[in-house]
Amino acid sequence: MKETIRAAFVIARRDFTAIIFSKSFIIFLAGPLFPLIIAIAASGLGKQVNEDIDRPIIGVALDAADSAAILAAREKLVTNLGENGVPELIRLDGVDPNDPDIADQLDKAARPLTAILSGSLETPRLTGSARDIQRWQGRMALLSETALSRSEPVQVQAQAVASTGSATKRNRLVVAQGGQVILILLTMILAGMVLSNLVEEKTNKIIEILAAAIPMDAIFLGKLFAMLGMAIVGITVWATLGFVGLTLATSGLPNLPVPAVGWPIFCVLMILYFSMAYLLLGSLFLGIGAMAATVREVQTLSMPVTMGQLLVFFLAAFSVTKLGEPVEWAAVLIPFSSPFAMIARAAQMDNLWQHGVALVWQAMFTLIIIRFSVILFRRNVMKSGNSVVKKGLLATLLAFKR
Amino acid sequence: MTFVPPEIAVEARNIVKRFDGDVAVDGIDLSISRGSIFGILGPNGAGKTTTLRMLLGIIDPDEGERFLLGSPDPISRAHKVGYLPEERGLYQSMKAYDAIAFMGALRGLPLAEGRERGRQMMEDHGLGDAADKQIRQLSKGMAQTVQLLGTIVHEPELIILDEPFSGLDALNQGKLERLIRAQADKGVTVIFSTHVIAHAERLCEEIAIVAHGKIPFMGKVSTARDRLRPQVHLETRNLDGPWRSAIPAECQPLGHNWHFTLPESGVEPLLRALIEGDAGIQSLSIERPGLHDAFVSIAGEAVAKKMEEDAARDQTEEAA
Repeated sequence: MKETIRAAFVIARRDFTAIIFSKSFIIFLAGPLFPLIIAIAASGLGKQVNEDIDRPIIGVALDAADSAAILAAREKLVTNLGENGVPELIRLDGVDPNDPDIADQLDKAARPLTAILSGSLETPRLTGSARDIQRWQGRMALLSETALSRSEPVQVQAQAVASTGSATKRNRLVVAQGGQVILILLTMILAGMVLSNLVEEKTNKIIEILAAAIPMDAIFLGKLFAMLGMAIVGITVWATLGFVGLTLATSGLPNLPVPAVGWPIFCVLMILYFSMAYLLLGSLFLGIGAMAATVREVQTLSMPVTMGQLLVFFLAAFSVTKLGEPVEWAAVLIPFSSPFAMIARAAQMDNLWQHGVALVWQAMFTLIIIRFSVILFRRNVMKSGNSVVKKGLLATLLAFKR
Repeated sequence: MTFVPPEIAVEARNIVKRFDGDVAVDGIDLSISRGSIFGILGPNGAGKTTTLRMLLGIIDPDEGERFLLGSPDPISRAHKVGYLPEERGLYQSMKAYDAIAFMGALRGLPLAEGRERGRQMMEDHGLGDAADKQIRQLSKGMAQTVQLLGTIVHEPELIILDEPFSGLDALNQGKLERLIRAQADKGVTVIFSTHVIAHAERLCEEIAIVAHGKIPFMGKVSTARDRLRPQVHLETRNLDGPWRSAIPAECQPLGHNWHFTLPESGVEPLLRALIEGDAGIQSLSIERPGLHDAFVSIAGEAVAKKMEEDAARDQTEEAA
C-alpha cells in the first residue's frame, strides 16, 4: 500500500504539473467566463425585452368623474405596490364608455393598448385578449374598488425578526439546493475531463513503462488525484475571482441564509463532498475511458456518461425536500448521488457524525471502483490473465497492488 | 513456498499465455543467471514480447509461475529492474533530463537525484545540449537514447530490453552494444530480445530460441553451435585416390572443391588420410558453425527465414 501511494504521488505530480503549466490550463481557467458573459448578456437582454413587453397600458373609457377617480386610485396604490405593480392608465377622451364596438379603439390609440376599461366603476368592463384580461382583471378590480372607497393609502409598520421557524427551514432549503447545484455543476464540468486521461499514455505507449514499473492502482489513483488537484486549483481561482468581483460590485457579500451546520463547516463539507463526488465519478470515468483506444471513442462515450450524471443529479435534487424519506435515504446510500444528498443534509441538519460516516462510505466505493477499473483495464486493455477467477473476487478487490 | 536459487535472476516455469483462445506462449521454461547477458531470439510473433511482459508482471500468465529476482510478484521488484519496451514511449512535453528522472522516480529514485543523474548521463552520452529540450524537439535516435538512459538511471540489478536495436542506425547499435557490455561488467543482468542473430552472437553468453510460443533451445551460445559439426572446405589437386575414403561417400566435388561435415573422428585422422592418400591439398579450412546455422538447425528453415525477413524490414524502415 505504501508503494502504491508513493507511486501514485509520482504519477499525480507528473500529471498535475503537466496540466497546470500548460497553456491550455489558462483557457480552462477562463472557461467559466464564457457562459458567465453569455448569461449576463442574455439576462440583460431578456430583462429589457420583458420590461418592454410587460409594461401594460390600459385605456380608460369611463365618464369624466370615474376616470379622475380611478387615476387618483392608481396614484394611491403605486405608493405601496410600486410603479410596476399597477398598470399604466391613459384616459381615452371622446370614447363612449358603453360603446359596443369599443374593441376597435384598441388599435386606434396613440400608444399600443393592452386592454380598455369601460362601463363604470361599479360595473367595469375590461376589453382585450383573453390572456391580458386574465392577467389584469384582478388589478383593475382593485383599482375600481379603491376608486369607489376613496380611502387613503395605509402605511404598514414593518417589524422584522431575525428568523422564524418556517423562514429558517425555507432558507436552509435554498442553501441545500444551491449547494447541490454548485456541486453538480462543478462535478459535471470537471469530472468528465477524466474520461480521456489515459488516452495519452496509450497513444504514446507510455502505459507499458508505467505498467512494468508501478502497480496499476497507483496509475489510476495518481491520475485521479492529479485531476482533482487541478480541479481544486481551478475552483479556488474561480471562487477568489468571484469573491473579489462580488465584493467590488456590491460593496460586500450578500447576506446569505445560514446552513444548519454553519458556514465554515458547510464550506469544508462542500470541498470534501466535491472531492468525493469527483473521485467517485472520476474513478468510474477513468475506468470507462481507459477502455477506449482513441479520442474518438472517448467522445462517443461522453454522451451516455453525461446522461448518467444527470440521472444522479435528478435523484439528489428530487430528494432535497424529502429528508428521512426512502427516496432521500436511497440518494444518501447510492454512492454516486451520496455527496449531493449529503450536502443537502448539511444545509438542513446540524449533526456532524453522519458526514464522517458518509465520507468513509464514499471513499470505500471510490477504492472499489478503482479496483474494478484496474481489473477491467488489465483484462481488456493489457490483456492480462484470469487473476479474478484464480484468486476470487474478494481477494482481487483487496489485493491493492497491480 | 517455491524456492528460487539466489544466483538466478529470472525463472519461468511452464508459463502459458493465450489471447482470445490463441496460444501465444506455450509452456515456456526459462532460467537466467544473475550477471549474464541473455538473448531471446525469435522472429516477430514468436512470443518474445509476451514472455517478457509476463516476466515483468505487466500481464499475468494463464498457467505456470514466474519469478523475478526471486519474487513471484514482479512489480514488487520493480525498483531493481529497468525495462525498455519494444514500442518506445515518452511524454512529449517533458524535458529530456526530466523524462529520465521521471522514469527513475517510477522505480523509486528521488526526483532531484534523478534529474541530476539525467543531466550527467546525457552529458556523458554527448547529448548535454539536448537535456533541456522537450522530447518532441528531439530526433528519434535521441529520444530512444533518452528512454534507454531512463531505463538505467536508477542503477537496476536487472535490465530487460525488448528489441532494443530495432530502429537504431549502425552507429547507435554499436553504442547500445557497448552500453549493454558496460552494464554487464558492473554485474547487472541484461536480458534482451532480438530477431537479429548477429547481436545475440556478439553479446550473449546464453540465449533462448523462441519459435511458435515454445523454447526449442536454451543454453550457451557455444552449446547451440556445438549441436552442429564443423564444416570442412577442401580444395584438392587430385580428384580421386585412397584419400577419398576419408571424406563422406555422398560428398561430390564442385570442380576441385569439396564441402562436407567434419567426420566424427576429428581433424587429425582426416588430415593424415588426405596427406598419406595423396589428395594434393591446395587449401583446407574447417569452420565452426555460426549461431545462424545453429538457429536454422534448431528452429527450422521457415522460422529462420521469417526472422531474416523481419531484420530486413527493420533495415528498410530505418533507411526510410
